[in-house]
Amino acid sequence: MTKIWGKRVFSSSLLDSRFLFLAATVVGVLLTLSIFAFMVMLGLPLFSVHSLTLLLTQAWAPDQGLYGVFPFICGTCAIVSLSLLIAFPLSLGNAILIHLLAPRRLARFLHQVVKMMTGVPTVIYGFVGIFFLVPLVREWFSRGSGMCILSAALLLALLISPTMILVFLESFSAIPATHLRALEALGGTRRQKLLHVILPGARTGIITGLLLALGRALGDTMIALMVAGNATAQPESLLDSVRTLTAHIALVMAADFDSIEFKTIFACGIILYLWTAVLTLSLRCLHFNYAKSSHDQSL
Amino acid sequence: MTRVFDFLLYVFAWLCGLILVGAFGTFMVFLLTQGLPALGFDLIFGGTAIGDALLLKRVVSDGLLPAIIGTLLLIFLALVTALPFGLGAGIYLAEYAGKRSKSFFSLIFDLLAGVPSIVIGLFGFSLTIYLHKRFTFLTPCLLISALALALLVLPYLIRSTQTALEELPTTLRLTSAALGADQATTIRFVLLPQAAAGIFSGIILAIGRAAEDTAVIMLTGVVVSAGIPRSLFNSYEALPFYIYYMASQFSNQQELQQGFGAALILLSLCALLFTLAWLIRKKVTARLLYHHH
Repeated sequence: MTKIWGKRVFSSSLLDSRFLFLAATVVGVLLTLSIFAFMVMLGLPLFSVHSLTLLLTQAWAPDQGLYGVFPFICGTCAIVSLSLLIAFPLSLGNAILIHLLAPRRLARFLHQVVKMMTGVPTVIYGFVGIFFLVPLVREWFSRGSGMCILSAALLLALLISPTMILVFLESFSAIPATHLRALEALGGTRRQKLLHVILPGARTGIITGLLLALGRALGDTMIALMVAGNATAQPESLLDSVRTLTAHIALVMAADFDSIEFKTIFACGIILYLWTAVLTLSLRCLHFNYAKSSHDQSL
Repeated sequence: MTRVFDFLLYVFAWLCGLILVGAFGTFMVFLLTQGLPALGFDLIFGGTAIGDALLLKRVVSDGLLPAIIGTLLLIFLALVTALPFGLGAGIYLAEYAGKRSKSFFSLIFDLLAGVPSIVIGLFGFSLTIYLHKRFTFLTPCLLISALALALLVLPYLIRSTQTALEELPTTLRLTSAALGADQATTIRFVLLPQAAAGIFSGIILAIGRAAEDTAVIMLTGVVVSAGIPRSLFNSYEALPFYIYYMASQFSNQQELQQGFGAALILLSLCALLFTLAWLIRKKVTARLLYHHH
């Protein structure tokens, strides 16, 4: 932004409000950092009796003295990656449909539906999932309870697709019109437009959407908690019931506060915090590099 | 070859659209057909007379009223707490922060926006354990939940305030400066009024986020049956938690019906807030587009 008030005139009200705004910002920053600090502080007793590697690699069997969260990491990875595997092509297809192929009115309608979908509470996805999707999955595969990786991933895909589609659409429409017109003038087809102009041009946007959706899927608690079944065993098939890191935090709450079992939820919290922090940082790097490269191009 | 590819692309894209709309449509139809029959005064007030229930003369024991009031209280308290910080930080980032500090602060707030809500709930819970050692009366309660929710919506408020201010045309700032206004005056009397609609739509989205979140409150004090809370230090009921609880713990058909009814009420609340935010946003965009007439 352009700086208009280069040299600030001293006035008490100016100084006051500036100070207050800065204070609000600093409070926000301190709170963000203290989330992590608190978890480390409360989880620390755990690491003194239980080594970090054991915690990250062992199975979960409190009655045998095993307090590893490895099965939950696997559960989280399984649900998140399957949901992305379903949601990514689905979202890309929808974005292409809305941006390029559908008639204008239908495109506008679809866009509106997608926007509406972002407002649906996750607990409602979970609720409808239990009474609608889970019985279906149980019938289709006639195995298990229907509360499994597949059910949770399908619902999660429905949850994260709108976010991805909206980010994709935004990056599609950010492609300079001149590029598209140049291609049209050369007699390019719609397919060439998509493959050689839109998709390469929207590369950063597509990765952004993917990372945002990944963060959303990783952080979701309700769908996994309600639909994935919460079994503590290591999953072996898509129809197995699993517990995610987020669901583990929600489930162990009832246990005794001083037990090792209870303290593992702080380990899960720390893993989730760091994981999403890495995602945020990679998004930051991605956009920094993108801004730099587009700046270089325009020179 | 080209035509085969074009054809496949068509089929793929249309199929994706069909799957998404079909899945979402089926989902909504299922919820509506199951939930609509449950809607009615009985769902909210149970058997209690409406006047008595609203005036708190009688406790509503088998209706959704305590959960609805709990959710409304949560939203109100969370927003009142988060708003000063959200606005303050948003204004600071948009108007005062230098390039470097702005980049640092926005990174931290991006981080906060990415933190899963269950982790925020865990933070609220750990804070309660920590404070409980000093103030033994403090247990998970309405106040703790509201504070944790405030932290959850804080990054949304900051971002929307910052964006609303940064979107304003530079001419506005130049004009104000040319008239001799200093920066504080300009923010107070020129920029904030102009950005009000944008900020407001951000606030509504934050309300929606606070209304629907379940993970934060389930760690910080929500219970299935508490009635309307008498103070900030009581436990309370809330709609999303009620829905979660009914999904697994319903004991008869009527309770399941109530669960569907509650889901429908929460969905309508969120849809309403969402539409409101969208309408305001549309108005702002129109004004910014046609600013120079």
